[in-house]
Amino acid sequence: VRPCRQPVFPPRSSCRRAYHPSVLPSLVSATSPEFVEKSKSMEALVADIDAKAAAARLGGSEKARERMRKAGKKLPRERLALLLDPHTPFLELSQLAAHDVYPESIPGAGIITGIGRISGRECVVVVNDATVKGGSYYPLTVKKHLRAQEIAREHGLPCVYVVESGGAALPHQANVFPDKEHFGRIFYNMAQMSAVGIPQIAIVHGISVAGGAYVPAMADENIIVREQGRIFLAGPPLVKAATGEEVDEETLGGGQMHSSESGVTDHLARDDEHAIAIARGIISDLGKAGGQEVPPPVPPEDPLYPTSELHGIVGTDLRQAFDMRDVIARLVDGSRFREFKKEYGSTIVTGFAHIHGYPVGIVANNGILFSQSALKATHFMQLCSQRQIPLLFLVNVTGYMVGSKAEKGGIAKDGAKMVRAVACADVPKLTVIVGGSYGAGNYGMCGRAYSPRFLWMWPNAKVSVMGPGQLSQVMATVSKDPTKHSSLKDEIEEQSTALYASARLWDDGIIKPTDTRDTVGLALALAARERRTGSGSGKPSTTWDGDGKGFGVFRM
Amino acid sequence: ANDMPLEARRPLFDKILIANRGEIACRVIRTAKKLGIRSVAVYSEADADALHVQMADEAYCIGPAASSESYLRMDKIIDVCRKSGAQAVHPGYGFLSENADFAEQLAQAGIVFIGPPASAIVSMGSKSESKTIMANARVPVVPGYHGPNQDPVFLAEQASRIGYPVLIKAVHGGGGKGMRTVHSPADFADALASAQREASKAFGRTEVLVENWIERPRHVEVQVFADSQGGCVSLWERDCSVQRRNQKIIEEAPAPGLSPELRADLSAKAIAAAKAVGYVGAGTVEFIFDNDTQHFYFMEMNTRLQVEHPVTEMITGLDLVEWQLEVAAGNRLPLTQAAIPLVGHAFEARIYAENPRNGFLPDSGRLLYLSTPTPSTIFAPPVTPRTPTDPDAALMPILSAETTLHVKPSVRLEQGFPEGADIGVFYDPMIAKLVVHARDRPEALRVLRAALEEYRVAGLSTNVAFLRQLAGNDNFIRGEVETGFIQKHFDELFPRVEDPRPEALAQAALFVVLSDLPSVGSSTTPWATMGARRFGGDLSEQVVTLQIHNEDNANSTEATTTPVHVQVLPDGRFNVTVHTPSGTHAFPNTVARLVEHGRVVESTIAGAKTRTTVVRQRAPATSTGTPGSTSAAQRLHVFPGGSSAKHTLVLPAPAWVASLAGDVASAVGRGVLRAPMPSMVVEVKVAPGDRVEPGVAVVVLESMKTETILRAAVSGVVRAVGCAKGEMVEEGRVVVEIAEDDAPEGQ
Repeated sequence: VRPCRQPVFPPRSSCRRAYHPSVLPSLVSATSPEFVEKSKSMEALVADIDAKAAAARLGGSEKARERMRKAGKKLPRERLALLLDPHTPFLELSQLAAHDVYPESIPGAGIITGIGRISGRECVVVVNDATVKGGSYYPLTVKKHLRAQEIAREHGLPCVYVVESGGAALPHQANVFPDKEHFGRIFYNMAQMSAVGIPQIAIVHGISVAGGAYVPAMADENIIVREQGRIFLAGPPLVKAATGEEVDEETLGGGQMHSSESGVTDHLARDDEHAIAIARGIISDLGKAGGQEVPPPVPPEDPLYPTSELHGIVGTDLRQAFDMRDVIARLVDGSRFREFKKEYGSTIVTGFAHIHGYPVGIVANNGILFSQSALKATHFMQLCSQRQIPLLFLVNVTGYMVGSKAEKGGIAKDGAKMVRAVACADVPKLTVIVGGSYGAGNYGMCGRAYSPRFLWMWPNAKVSVMGPGQLSQVMATVSKDPTKHSSLKDEIEEQSTALYASARLWDDGIIKPTDTRDTVGLALALAARERRTGSGSGKPSTTWDGDGKGFGVFRM
Repeated sequence: ANDMPLEARRPLFDKILIANRGEIACRVIRTAKKLGIRSVAVYSEADADALHVQMADEAYCIGPAASSESYLRMDKIIDVCRKSGAQAVHPGYGFLSENADFAEQLAQAGIVFIGPPASAIVSMGSKSESKTIMANARVPVVPGYHGPNQDPVFLAEQASRIGYPVLIKAVHGGGGKGMRTVHSPADFADALASAQREASKAFGRTEVLVENWIERPRHVEVQVFADSQGGCVSLWERDCSVQRRNQKIIEEAPAPGLSPELRADLSAKAIAAAKAVGYVGAGTVEFIFDNDTQHFYFMEMNTRLQVEHPVTEMITGLDLVEWQLEVAAGNRLPLTQAAIPLVGHAFEARIYAENPRNGFLPDSGRLLYLSTPTPSTIFAPPVTPRTPTDPDAALMPILSAETTLHVKPSVRLEQGFPEGADIGVFYDPMIAKLVVHARDRPEALRVLRAALEEYRVAGLSTNVAFLRQLAGNDNFIRGEVETGFIQKHFDELFPRVEDPRPEALAQAALFVVLSDLPSVGSSTTPWATMGARRFGGDLSEQVVTLQIHNEDNANSTEATTTPVHVQVLPDGRFNVTVHTPSGTHAFPNTVARLVEHGRVVESTIAGAKTRTTVVRQRAPATSTGTPGSTSAAQRLHVFPGGSSAKHTLVLPAPAWVASLAGDVASAVGRGVLRAPMPSMVVEVKVAPGDRVEPGVAVVVLESMKTETILRAAVSGVVRAVGCAKGEMVEEGRVVVEIAEDDAPEGQ
């Protein structure tokens, strides 16, 4: 008996790949003491992150969960499980958002976001976790919500909002409400996505009040659960204070009223399960909106070497060097990597490969960036851009070379070329930080500021303005007070960890080395989706930089 | 074996018509094929795709589903004989097999009836006449009154003369209809009236006879065969004692515990009985055998090939249908009495669509799933005839070890329906017969048990599990058979139904989960092919809620609900956790997949590699409108590998489905009456415009000979009638709509 994951493609003959000129050799000894040591330390780190993620996935307190169950509701993750197609993956984003950020615990920033398949179509799913502070929006909740919408817009993915939220967290309103990337941006995004033909669907499972009321109201099609979902701009106490009217919640904004009288909702569901069944029906009826999947051009193949060896190759001590080709060999189809300019600028590795059958151009660090390395990377990115092959950055960089020799060689000029190429390469970019991402190296290797479609960090990864060694030296020269050195150094080091970064949405989540191949494969499948060409007229809209459709779907 | 000179032997027919359906029609066609005789099938509209129609060389439709419109229409059958050129008609059993009119009409049309002369049918058809004939031929009969006087007072006097307990029995009857046992004079009048009513309904005649009732009777019958030249032999006896509802379910040959002398005596009396009426062809003389006194009494003679004839075939190595054809062609019997063998022991188990735990009430429905043991033989394997030595010992076959040891255990399957057939809606609910033959009784029972374990049916209730229990019962194995066997050993035969083991529940849940797997090749994007992959230590989990449908509490609303949690590991294995009332059972790292067209879960669960067959029965489309009904739910029929158990699990529909159904029901109101099962409309008691009050019978339905009366639940006026008398209605059909008096208009 074999496990049920059946390969869709027939297995290919092994001799075909065994003599392929691009197959990477494995020079790793999995029994060497260094390997075992590295492997152990990475395993410990992975286990720690796993435990933290598991705790975050539980959401709020057991009491809060029990309250939801007693009310006949499904828990947020149960709703999510019902919404997704069985036997399909779910690419969750930023599970550790808001970890240790606020004085109170806000697991996952009180919101679950990710990409999953619903009725055969990939969608961005945004689920309010009402077990966490009633699903109210903290600053990082807003950020996580907006990031999910950004991913949806970039990939043309329909959005499903599973709503149960009291709106903005009042004590944080100054950091939630007024600015450009704050609460209002959610509705701006919904309107614009609707206008460019990205369906916006909302399910109202609980309260959806004040600003939050606009999520269902802005949706193209929505569902409310009878005697459970509530939509109003102001709740009964506020209504009483404002107008003296005494009214109960159900009368003011219940599903029956909104479905039969106000028309704010389109479908009236009996319970959570029914609402989700209706939502799945809606997604199956999206027609041509929301894009089309594009299958991989070649059959996927597993790498030749076990991904579990990544732990022992990389380890957790960033000062220990490793050959990025050993990482690539465990990520790409058939461990085949057609390397470009192998002998030139050897501190950067560039080349072509496939992951889960999708072509990808890989840019990976094998040391500090010199002028040659920067030029080579720039050249390679231009190739990928011309060929419309997505780029994958495997990051382990301390920065560009310093010193008079480098400066005379024009490292600033050559580094800028690379940064410009990263910024402007007109292909989807994915970034995985497998080691350090320091200084300008972060820019050249497609850091968060360079809008990769996704950016993930391994548990051992570090992001900061410079490496720890440099930092000490710099501080020793610029600062007069040695007592402050160590505390600042500790602070910067703590702020450079993957956990710290992930908690603040500087990435899309911490991923395990062993999950990297599948994660990247899913992202490449999203990147390969057919871009919508707009109205077909080819003329831009006169009202805004949409696609000529003007407005999205107005709720009537 | 035939000592008749070849030139004197008449040729068999070139073409015969089989005026029957189901397994017996198939059985006759098989022998016809073997002998190069072309076969003509007749069928009703309901049987257009039936197996016998497919097997026959020609087939003709003779009318609608109702037997009276098809299989009982002599004119149409004779017409088909003319059209097809069939020279003879084999009537099978049931239908027209014991109809003297039919035999006569065929004779007038110049067509041979493969059966006895009409006169013998008439003589044996009347129980009272047959007993008189038998008494005259010195065949022992049960003390009783078989006369024409039907005055209730006179009959009661006769009962007192014979001595209680007595048996009241319809003269024109059979199959247990119109039969009543009376233990005291006080109950006589009521029992008589009841028997007469039933007889009138079933046979159109009310005459009864009264007999002494034997406390520990056995049903022993002798297969006789007579030719038109005066030859008559016994093919030994069968024991058919174990019965339910006065109908046989398991038969064996030879009868256990009979001395050779007793066997010879039985055969001699049976031959005498057949000769007394000038019998020709295959017949069965039934005796009541008193276990206590070892006396036997003539009961009746069946003038046809019987359902249980295969057990006789197995122990004699003969083909009785072939013998029938020989005799009908005018030839002598192929073997003399002294040459007829008796080798080994044979059993036949009749597999019925019925519910043994509900008084063996017949069930009807579709054979959703049918998987049978692989038969080792089609006909009885040939047996070396005895060498005629001592003519005096002709009726006393020696069960020699030498011949017996040559018997190879064999399994024979007589069935007339493939998977997907509808059983018991219009006709007899017998699905199949399982026939086994082995060296001796214990071995035959062992083979039978093994074969029954492999006989799997889903879609309707069957008696397979009961038969398995019976075949393993110690008293039965010891041969302590009697007609009251089931009542006597009821508790042993109906042990408490065991709840399914956690392993079985786990596999049922895995079946549900695996059934949702996208079909291979539907899409190649990793979003479709990667499976339920989660990241960061997360695992996808599905909860499958199973309700255990226990036959012991089929009508109870209290169902045991068992949630099964199925986690998918990144490599495609499963962590399965079953929460039963008795505790939590975890099966981590289970490998599972579906094989055999998605019907079998193959898994390594708790260290054992098992294959469990699961059949999914979808809810009927019409039943979703019934609030609170579990019929809106899907059912899973689970056959755990390596055991004979069968479990029915319910996959309850989500609460919202019931909630929506409740709306439909309340919108329709309580005035709407629906057919609770597929059934025949016996009577429509109301017409549109009639006033009805709660409790008033409006429609009488019949499903498998059981009547259901639909009564008005509200007072009001009949708005519409959705069925007509004699019509077949499907489950959920609205038969009557009543406009409720105080219901608001438009509701």
